[in-house]
Amino acid sequence: MSTLAQKKGFGAVLWDYLTTVDHKKIAILYLIAGGFFFLLGGLEAMFIRIQLAVPNNDFVSAGLYNEILTMHGTTMIFLAAMPLIFAFMNAVMPLQIGARDVAFPFLNSLGFWLFFFGGVFLNLSWFLGGAPDAGWTSYASLSIASEGHGIDFYALGLQISGAGTLIGGINFLVTIINMRAPGMTYMRMPMFTWATFVTSALILFAFPALTVGLFLLIFDRMFGSNFFDPAMGGNTIIWEHFFWIFGHPEVYILVLPAFGIFSEIFAIFSRKRLFGYSSMVFATVLIGFLGFMVWAHHMFTTGMGPIANAIFAVATMAIAVPTGIKIFNWLFTMWGGSITFTTPMLWAVAFIPSFVAGGVTGVMLASAAQDYQYHDSYFVVAHFHYVIVGGVVFALFAGAHLYWPKMFGTMLNEFLGKITFVLFFIGFHLTFFIQHFLGLWGMPRRIFTFLPGQGLETANMVSTVGAFFMAAAVIIMLINIVITSVKNEKVGNDPWGDGRTLEWAIPSPPPFYNFKQLPLVRGLDAYWLEKMEGKKGMSPAEPLGDIHMPNNSFIPFVISLGLFVAAFGAMYRAEHSWGIPVLIFGMLITLGSMFVRSVKDDHGYHIHKEDLEDNNDKGVKA
Amino acid sequence: MAAEQKMTYETWPASPEKQTLEAKNKFLGFWFFLGGETVLFASLFATYLALKDKVPSSDMALAKDLFEIPLAFIMTMLLLTSSLTSVYAMYHMKNFNFKKMQLWLGITVLLGLGFLGLEIYEFNHYVHEFHHSFTSSAFGSAFYTLVGFHGGHVAFGLLWITTLMIRNSKRGLNLYNAPKFYVASLYWHFIDVVWVFIFTVVYLMGMVG
Repeated sequence: MSTLAQKKGFGAVLWDYLTTVDHKKIAILYLIAGGFFFLLGGLEAMFIRIQLAVPNNDFVSAGLYNEILTMHGTTMIFLAAMPLIFAFMNAVMPLQIGARDVAFPFLNSLGFWLFFFGGVFLNLSWFLGGAPDAGWTSYASLSIASEGHGIDFYALGLQISGAGTLIGGINFLVTIINMRAPGMTYMRMPMFTWATFVTSALILFAFPALTVGLFLLIFDRMFGSNFFDPAMGGNTIIWEHFFWIFGHPEVYILVLPAFGIFSEIFAIFSRKRLFGYSSMVFATVLIGFLGFMVWAHHMFTTGMGPIANAIFAVATMAIAVPTGIKIFNWLFTMWGGSITFTTPMLWAVAFIPSFVAGGVTGVMLASAAQDYQYHDSYFVVAHFHYVIVGGVVFALFAGAHLYWPKMFGTMLNEFLGKITFVLFFIGFHLTFFIQHFLGLWGMPRRIFTFLPGQGLETANMVSTVGAFFMAAAVIIMLINIVITSVKNEKVGNDPWGDGRTLEWAIPSPPPFYNFKQLPLVRGLDAYWLEKMEGKKGMSPAEPLGDIHMPNNSFIPFVISLGLFVAAFGAMYRAEHSWGIPVLIFGMLITLGSMFVRSVKDDHGYHIHKEDLEDNNDKGVKA
Repeated sequence: MAAEQKMTYETWPASPEKQTLEAKNKFLGFWFFLGGETVLFASLFATYLALKDKVPSSDMALAKDLFEIPLAFIMTMLLLTSSLTSVYAMYHMKNFNFKKMQLWLGITVLLGLGFLGLEIYEFNHYVHEFHHSFTSSAFGSAFYTLVGFHGGHVAFGLLWITTLMIRNSKRGLNLYNAPKFYVASLYWHFIDVVWVFIFTVVYLMGMVG
């Protein structure tokens, strides 16, 4: 990226990124935007912990606290964790299967811009009359009654960004099925690619439920329908079902790619083939399947009755089995390996006990009878932060360190990386371990303050101190990024020295066409196999020939912008006369640009063989 | 084989809709998209079933008061026939007979327009004769959302097929636009399948169930 910046002016680079359809650049866009929202969500988390540091605190008001809490959850799940995972999927998956790009480069770009405009729309609520305040789950009984436009921002913003995610999921599925390099059978795919595959399938079948739920919410709040209004025959439980039919697969959408990243890391830094590869694949698919069968365990106290509760409880506990298979496989991968404790490996090793702790409380919560005790207490908060931070966020940090050289051509500083890890690891357990006990002692979740003399002071203060450790860790990581980018010491193909999969066989960052000749894959850990036979790189599977590339396009940006504009029209329809015209205008922008895309032929272009011959894989052109 | 290459009857492959990599991707991706759409409509059906006949006061119209077989039957016939005509269009597409494909697509569009016209008449009828509207009850909201989403899909499909027909009217078939016609017809079949379920769940079960 930086070499490019030196050659071109800022405007040219900006235009390049606004119109790019290259999966590697879209990965960088996802990383930057997701990283930005991660900092925003982190800031909101800090406000929550500062408010709860001491009893009767008035750092923020009760109403503002509800907004901060809602936006923390919504931002972290939809605008930070998912885009950051998409960043790694985009950056790495096509390289791992030996593809030159994803199946639909144009849609890849569209997916990013939809997410981005949805996220910006949601966060504009802070400046336009108040953020949503009904929690990230936005239960209809609360959200229908919420005044102002906060919930409208939530529903419309998530609708736009959700469409982007769905497009991304379809794109990855087709890429993996249709574009694997010669010899790359399904059972030779790296675990991260498998995780991407199953995750994408989950996205495809989970997100439409959210889409419908959000539509019903939008219609109820902005267009006068009565889905959730009991007085008119409506039923608020419908929202809960749709939200969790989406919401439970969503947690596997987040954690399966995390498992994938860790599987790569354990194998690389133990210098061993991943233990039990087939059972890992099986476990991933099984988790994805069972993930759809358990949504109502979020609703045990809704009153579904003992039979439904029992079925969902048993199904939930069953997920512990494939997850346990994975945990043991990772442990056995390390067993007898020659382990190097690099920064990614530290995160991976720390992930196992942290995530297992979250899993254990998960099985406790799965027991419907016990859940009546834990429900809506800090025990639940502790549980889901153990799995999401201890699983997903650890993986994002690990993945950032692992793949930074592949994405940017330079290594993050290992010393600072380890400091980040130590601070974050301590801070994480300090913050959330004590919250289990806070919950058991009776502290309800989502409460904006508590009284003195109830035995909650010390534990809450401990939790807040822990949060500052995590904040410090993130700041050091940012410093690390700045230092690394300024130094910009270039690295070769395989900077960790023990890369096993195809992405490490090509330059860092890869040339924009990825592979000059598609590689011939001869087994699992294709690059490692070649290295073990003393070869320097992959054998080509095809003679050098012209490479077909897609053209850049500004249309994805415009399509997304149109929906962004239309969302404002829908939201202000009831109180401003310009609402409907703006809604129509926005939809016309979107449909019009889709029309242009449809009628204008776009055949892409070819890189000619002769040009490829001159260019000996220098890689700086990316 | 380049997608934009000029083709003849002799060089036209057996499966022109998945001849190039782009076409294969489009074909598969569109099937996945329809998978997602299935979940979308399943959710809307679930909502409808949960809120069927849920009205705030007992003098409001219920499903058994609203629906009549003749209208729903004519609409069903129009849409089912349009699915058949789009099959004819794809048969001619595979045989490199552009003119006949256009003709059958044109008939498909006309049948679809007829369906849409009847649906608009139907909605109008319910609103004015029965005061059954989008905002009158939860039943109304669920009914118009389910059937309206389907109607919206029909309208989008008509615009899509018409755009394809006009855009390609002068240049005929090639491997670049053949998959476009093919996925549009897939979409049209999907809409038809959804309507079969609407006919059963909303109209038939509405009158007897």
